[in-house]
Amino acid sequence: MANEPATVEALEPPDLDGKPPQHVAVAGLEHDAEKAESRRGFLIGLPSYVYLVLFFALPLAIVVVYSFATRSASGLTVLGDWNLRSYGRLTDDLVLLITWRSFWIATVTTVICLVIAYPFAYYIATRAPRVRALLLVLVMIPFWSNFLVRTYAWRLLLSTDGPFVRILEFIGFSDVRLLFTPTAVTLGLVYGYLPFMILPLYASLERLDHSLVEAARDLYASGWEAFRRVTWPLSRPGVIAGSILVFIPSFGAYVTPEILGGTGTTMLGSYIQRQFVGTASDWPFGSALSVTILFVMMIAATFYFRSGGKDL
Amino acid sequence: MSILDTGAPGAAAVAEDSVARPRRTVDRLLAGNAWIVFAFLYLPILVLVVYSFNDNNRVGIWTEASLRWYGEMFGNARVMDALRTSILVAVLSTAVSTVLGTAAALSLERFRYKGQRAFDGLLYLPVIIPDITMAVMLLLFFVQAFDIILVLTGVGLSRGLGTITLAHIAFNISFVALVVRARLSGLDSSLEEAAADLYATRWQAFRRVTLPLIAPGVAGGALLALTLSLDDVVIAEFVSGAGSTTLPVYVFGALRRGVTPLINAVSVLMLAGSILLVLASLAISRRRSGEA
Repeated sequence: MANEPATVEALEPPDLDGKPPQHVAVAGLEHDAEKAESRRGFLIGLPSYVYLVLFFALPLAIVVVYSFATRSASGLTVLGDWNLRSYGRLTDDLVLLITWRSFWIATVTTVICLVIAYPFAYYIATRAPRVRALLLVLVMIPFWSNFLVRTYAWRLLLSTDGPFVRILEFIGFSDVRLLFTPTAVTLGLVYGYLPFMILPLYASLERLDHSLVEAARDLYASGWEAFRRVTWPLSRPGVIAGSILVFIPSFGAYVTPEILGGTGTTMLGSYIQRQFVGTASDWPFGSALSVTILFVMMIAATFYFRSGGKDL
Repeated sequence: MSILDTGAPGAAAVAEDSVARPRRTVDRLLAGNAWIVFAFLYLPILVLVVYSFNDNNRVGIWTEASLRWYGEMFGNARVMDALRTSILVAVLSTAVSTVLGTAAALSLERFRYKGQRAFDGLLYLPVIIPDITMAVMLLLFFVQAFDIILVLTGVGLSRGLGTITLAHIAFNISFVALVVRARLSGLDSSLEEAAADLYATRWQAFRRVTLPLIAPGVAGGALLALTLSLDDVVIAEFVSGAGSTTLPVYVFGALRRGVTPLINAVSVLMLAGSILLVLASLAISRRRSGEA
């Protein structure tokens, strides 16, 4: 089907730059085939393209529009009186407190994950290939198991008649309360997102050329110094990628604080959710919060891709 | 190392020895840490499974082992309804997103056209966007869209199975595309070109050459889509209506009211389902790496 226009082109007089007509015909043919090919490629992708525009890009645009709308006295959203009031509320004391708490809990979670996961990933990466594969499978199984259920398991473990409290009371602590505290939320987040830290760390440690460490040792570096000057810098992309992968979902956490946290541990995710249910709902404000959190995540994601991370 | 070995064997042995000893201690510490981490990863799941067989009405007090709560679970209409919805949503969204995601992956990996970069970016966004933001987006979208449909046609739609499925397709397309692209980029396109040289039509070349080659990627993507659909609470909670919810949304709602032994049994059911899916996808990825 690409043939026809090419023949027409070939019948036309040759260009002034002196290319022989045959050449023009072939070039035209190739050009048309290429065009047909790229059109075909576009058409194959088109259904997903349309779907994502309709069910992703458009909803995203609607949230941005809503964030400039007004909440009426009855709690409904008025589309028309556009303003920045919802964004202005981002500096309210309560919002700042919740943001600060989310930031703090997410940071602690990330640091704990890094401290636990680094030696763990190092251990896996330095095993023989067969053992390594098995250990990785053992990491993947809980990682892909249902997140809600895994978080719920900690609710059982930390409850007042659960094993943790009983052991602590047996040791001699009295009136121990673990559930519904920031500690419980942090623990749940560490548990939930630890594999996000392990896998990128493993990837960068496994790639690491161990002869470099040996070279450092041969040059009389102590074990610690070889680690600090060789292993650690070389594994930094994994550290950055893992930290971002843990920090992002922890910062916007919703399920974990709802299950393991109490009134004093509301995080940004739960706070956003609260803007969309019940009589106290405020959709424009909830939208403004969502847009802001999305913005923060995009910045973090940019860093992630810069650090060489691609995907899991 | 080899230079040391040939040059001064004695010195090398001494160096080896002084290096190896702290390393062995470090290694032992690393192994200890690894065991602790594995215990940390698996013990909570184990405790949950054990608790689910507890006969008592109160979760924390052990009386005796029984299948009582599993029986109650299968007899509970709301749980079974939610389970049906979950499975239906997962299967439907996986089927659609596997086709669309694979097509998107082919389109981006095998062709060059204008606007490709924009498409690429749009395809990546659902992967990195926080759950809560995507949930808010889709809630507002459906509310707005249903308002417009009501005004234009007089048909009042409500959120439920349909909206959850549409939402799950929206994020699953991206994940399927991600997995299939990883497979495609590792493939030599010369095989497809050879098929074309041998007068295979476009469709034949795809059907007989490309598809069999990317099949493990497509299967892996589909399993990931199933897992993600069954795992999702946040988005499903936002876009589900009063009528129908998925199992995770049901469990999440029940947990807000308090812990019951019934939830333990339901949780273990969900856990078993997701572990089966992980094992299936691990088996596929093993076969994939075995081929390569």
